[in-house]
Amino acid sequence: MTVLAVGATAKDAADEAATIEGVSKVLVAEDALYGHRLAEPTAALIVSLAGDYSHIVAPATTDAKNILPRVAALLDVMVLTDVTSVVDADTFERPVYAGNAMQTVKSKDEKKVITFRTSTFDAAATGGSAAVEDIAAAEDPALSEWVEDKVAESDRPELTSAKIVVSGGRGVGSEEDFVIIEKLADKLGAAVGASRAAVDSGFAPNDWQVGQTGKVVAPDLYVACGISGAIQHLAGMKDSKIIVAINKDEEAPIFQVADFGLVADLFEAVPALTEKV
Amino acid sequence: MKVLVPVKRVIDYNVKVRVKADGSGVDLANVKMSMNPFDEIAVEEAIRLKEAGKAEEVIVVSIGVKQAQETLRTGLAMGADRAILVTAADDVHEDIEPLAVAKLLAAIVKEEEPGLVICGKQAIDNDLNATGQMLAALTGYAQATNANSLEVDGDAATVAREVDGGLQTIKVKLPAIVTTDLRLNEPRYASLPNIMKAKKKPLDEKTPADYGVDVAPRLEIVKTAEPAERAAGIMVGSVDELVENSRKGAI
Repeated sequence: MTVLAVGATAKDAADEAATIEGVSKVLVAEDALYGHRLAEPTAALIVSLAGDYSHIVAPATTDAKNILPRVAALLDVMVLTDVTSVVDADTFERPVYAGNAMQTVKSKDEKKVITFRTSTFDAAATGGSAAVEDIAAAEDPALSEWVEDKVAESDRPELTSAKIVVSGGRGVGSEEDFVIIEKLADKLGAAVGASRAAVDSGFAPNDWQVGQTGKVVAPDLYVACGISGAIQHLAGMKDSKIIVAINKDEEAPIFQVADFGLVADLFEAVPALTEKV
Repeated sequence: MKVLVPVKRVIDYNVKVRVKADGSGVDLANVKMSMNPFDEIAVEEAIRLKEAGKAEEVIVVSIGVKQAQETLRTGLAMGADRAILVTAADDVHEDIEPLAVAKLLAAIVKEEEPGLVICGKQAIDNDLNATGQMLAALTGYAQATNANSLEVDGDAATVAREVDGGLQTIKVKLPAIVTTDLRLNEPRYASLPNIMKAKKKPLDEKTPADYGVDVAPRLEIVKTAEPAERAAGIMVGSVDELVENSRKGAI
């Protein structure tokens, strides 16, 4: 297994990857060309290295989901995205229909190009010491250029890897009132999430959206506040270990997946909870 | 500039998905089908470019069963100018894979030479999120996926993309492939007069053989199953009880 570290600065990541058990080699492609993870140059680099590798895999981040289908098409193979389980070297499980069905698919392609949902796998152990090797940048297709990033600065843990996630839905009612969700999250050292309804209503930014069309999370604890539990939202969080739901509507579908449900006004229950944890 | 918009006929967003008892797939017989919601956003964006005077013609194309005609008529009723239907499957349960779709689209791109192809970022049936990127690879064009905003200016387009952690803005050379995210726009409804007018708009019928593309699948679907259900939890009566119970877990 070879790890490829690509970026304007990638050496630190490469050194860290070299300690992962099972890694035999780490390639580092450090070049300004890769500074903004643009799809065309990164895909060209991966294709130039594809050689004899049977599997080319990456986590199902927005970056990899941008790049790997391009790699697959350049190699004339299909891509398998959001894979949640490995059956054998050719066969994989992945959710379809917004998580309403699980499909087992067998690839007939010689090379498999795959993105994995990291929330359903345990991290590999460390303790290895693989060789780290610098490689030259590949050609620059010069088709796109980076303009700017608008990334929210936050001390909170990253949503998809957080141990605890506190999410708010339409029931929160406004952007100002979302603060009560954030306060509970900060007390718990949690990431903040939101339902699509809350994002569409402008209560929370896009990148907080949990669900099939947003982020898929599987924390140890997921606290859903004022979220009804539309199937698209459930697809993004139902693999959480413990789900707590607070909603004033006792018929809300979120209670069907919650381990602990509380029918209550979130404006009373959430601050009270923040106080007590 | 021409804008090409690939659209897919999929199970309607509001229909409850039922997995067939024999595990062979999802039951699509006698189920309401509609245009993939992300593709509706793509059609809307293309029409807005035309209305803004940045595009002359909007072409919708669909690859799948014959009934995808209805989906194309929806696109025409929204405001697209003409349609291309590539009939590549007889059975509604047969899904043409993104790689084959991208090959057919690449052939159509070669013929039509659009300045921009706007695709939905993913179809809500197979959820693969691949066709746009694969088409970009096969045409050798730039790609801008998960578009939150799109501005066309001369021979380039500026696209703000929804990425993990926020937005990334990039500038791509035209021709390019753009894929739409949810918040790019809110698609219009077709008015009744426009639905009537759409019936008279041109719709070309083709087959994969016309483009010399093999659509045989690379992936074999071994089994389709219901997702694992979570065991029902308990309802608690107060915040105190909630804290007490949750503490046993993770708080």
